[in-house]
Amino acid sequence: MVNLPETPSIHNAATDRPEAAWRRVWRDYRGSPVAVVMLALLGVILVLALLAPLISPQNPYDLMQLDIMEGLLPPGTEASSGDMIYHLGTDDQGRDMLSAILHGLRISLFVGVVSAVCAVLVGATLGLFAAYRGGRTESVIMRLVDLQLSFPTILVALMILAFLGKGISNVILALIIVEWATYARTARGTALVESRREYIEAAHCLGVPLYRIIFRHLLPNCMTPLIVIGTVQIARAITLEATLSFLGIGVPVTEPSLGLLIANGYQYMFAGQYWLSFFPGIALLVTIVAINLVGDRLRDVFNPKGQA
Amino acid sequence: MISWFGSRLIQALLVMLAMTVIVFIGVNVVGDPVAILIPPDATAAERLRVVQAFGLDRPLWEQYFSFLNGVLHGDLGRSYVYNQPALQVILQRLPATMELAASAMLVAIVIGIPLGLYAGLRPDSPLAKLFMAGSVLGFSLPTFWVGLMLIMIFSVNLGWLPASGRGETVELFGMRWSFLTLDGLSHLALPALNLALFKIALVMRLVRAGVREVLPQDYIRYARARGLREGRVIWVHVLKNILIPVVTIIGLEFGSVIAFSIVTETIFAWPGMGKLIIDSINVLDRPVMVAYLMMIVVIFVVINLLVDLAYTLLDPRVRLAARGKS
Repeated sequence: MVNLPETPSIHNAATDRPEAAWRRVWRDYRGSPVAVVMLALLGVILVLALLAPLISPQNPYDLMQLDIMEGLLPPGTEASSGDMIYHLGTDDQGRDMLSAILHGLRISLFVGVVSAVCAVLVGATLGLFAAYRGGRTESVIMRLVDLQLSFPTILVALMILAFLGKGISNVILALIIVEWATYARTARGTALVESRREYIEAAHCLGVPLYRIIFRHLLPNCMTPLIVIGTVQIARAITLEATLSFLGIGVPVTEPSLGLLIANGYQYMFAGQYWLSFFPGIALLVTIVAINLVGDRLRDVFNPKGQA
Repeated sequence: MISWFGSRLIQALLVMLAMTVIVFIGVNVVGDPVAILIPPDATAAERLRVVQAFGLDRPLWEQYFSFLNGVLHGDLGRSYVYNQPALQVILQRLPATMELAASAMLVAIVIGIPLGLYAGLRPDSPLAKLFMAGSVLGFSLPTFWVGLMLIMIFSVNLGWLPASGRGETVELFGMRWSFLTLDGLSHLALPALNLALFKIALVMRLVRAGVREVLPQDYIRYARARGLREGRVIWVHVLKNILIPVVTIIGLEFGSVIAFSIVTETIFAWPGMGKLIIDSINVLDRPVMVAYLMMIVVIFVVINLLVDLAYTLLDPRVRLAARGKS
């Protein structure tokens, strides 16, 4: 389980319930102020994304609210109607960039989190299954993992989207196909160690069914590395989605993520209208860096030996 | 050794065969070729004629074998856009991509190795810590975002370097190259730097880790005890020993540089294979898409094969493990 120095406590065994374990993780996590700030920042980003329809000054998808005469206004300009200020400027169609970014952030995070969760489910299941069954099952699954990982993620995703076409669900599917292998490899590595342990042998001897051994006994004990990898993989998924959308093969124009917003503003950059691309880029960057730093800290907390 | 290589070769061929199946299914089952070939207002008779002309009414396996036959003969159909054989369209763009990828690799080595050496030799200096923090950014920043920033700073604001195209080219061996003219070099600079950024971080970290590992070794201490100049110790004794893994990784990463050139080429309008595939996807030029994918699969399988081979030749442990298995 969590590989931490033992806390001196008489009732150690009794208090070592999951809540207590999480409290210990948090106590270690606090050790790095930067990581705490990043976690808070990540929380703010999540809240902003979740509440985007409520807090954004304008509904960027409602064409009735847009006025093409207000297009390409620099940041800080007041709307001609006088009821709002375009803090981050407007795009070519007169859309408030702040609203567009908040909604784009929502889509980017949605795609990243959903694909990561699905990829963990698929990858961890296959990885645990491979480790537990061994033999031919294992070699087939792991050969597939090797094959998958020998091709760069962007290429596999590009191939899938070239066949399926644009769309949020297609992007999510592509990301799952790209990412499951990493989780499968991690899960198998951990499970190989765990499945040799006595409690698994005991469960096996008691005639516990295979799916129950894998999900109730093996999985909880392999969660730590999966959580650490998963955090960083969400950032990678968001980056990949943004890249695909920037290339014009990701999300559709009707549901622009941060990547697509950056792509849309790209041509205006040469005319000095930097805000169309720059601000969505900053939003994307802050999100990715925050997730990565939180993930790094989690790795250090869970695995104190690997800090080198 | 030869039997190992033979089995590895067969494996590579099987992967390629599997990829033809995947690409075929992707194009003909997931996507609908009829919808692309026929205008939506065509009559039923016209539809039938086109379907028969392209053999789309035949059973799927028969279509697959005629596709495979085409692939083996280098016939991947004609591009709808360029009205040339798709393979030829791809091959025309290959030199531009190779030039960009090779330049990026060169930049990564030229910048990455000295930075990594410094960070490895003086791990506690503030500059080394700055390099390491920078390398984390190099890993996590999206390539296209960095590309945009480079354009914004060096092209739009400072006006130092051009942001699109290949510039003036010179013909050599029947292909056009940018790196032989000053104008071409200035066009090459930003895209190469953009593509290299991730690899700079990688090379730097590899070199740093290698230096940290080699420095405490006895032969380094012995070299110093002999009174060799520090420069000689570093360049001959340290660098020579860490370069083998670095060179191997660089070779391994060449494929991913070609893959990521898709992004860089699109940003900098570099007329290579990557920009071509994005343009082709956007106009649904399927023969070019198929040709590109097959081409990339071949490149990757060959790179993986070469890397495996290099590992086996360089590291006796891998060789022995392979012999034990076969």
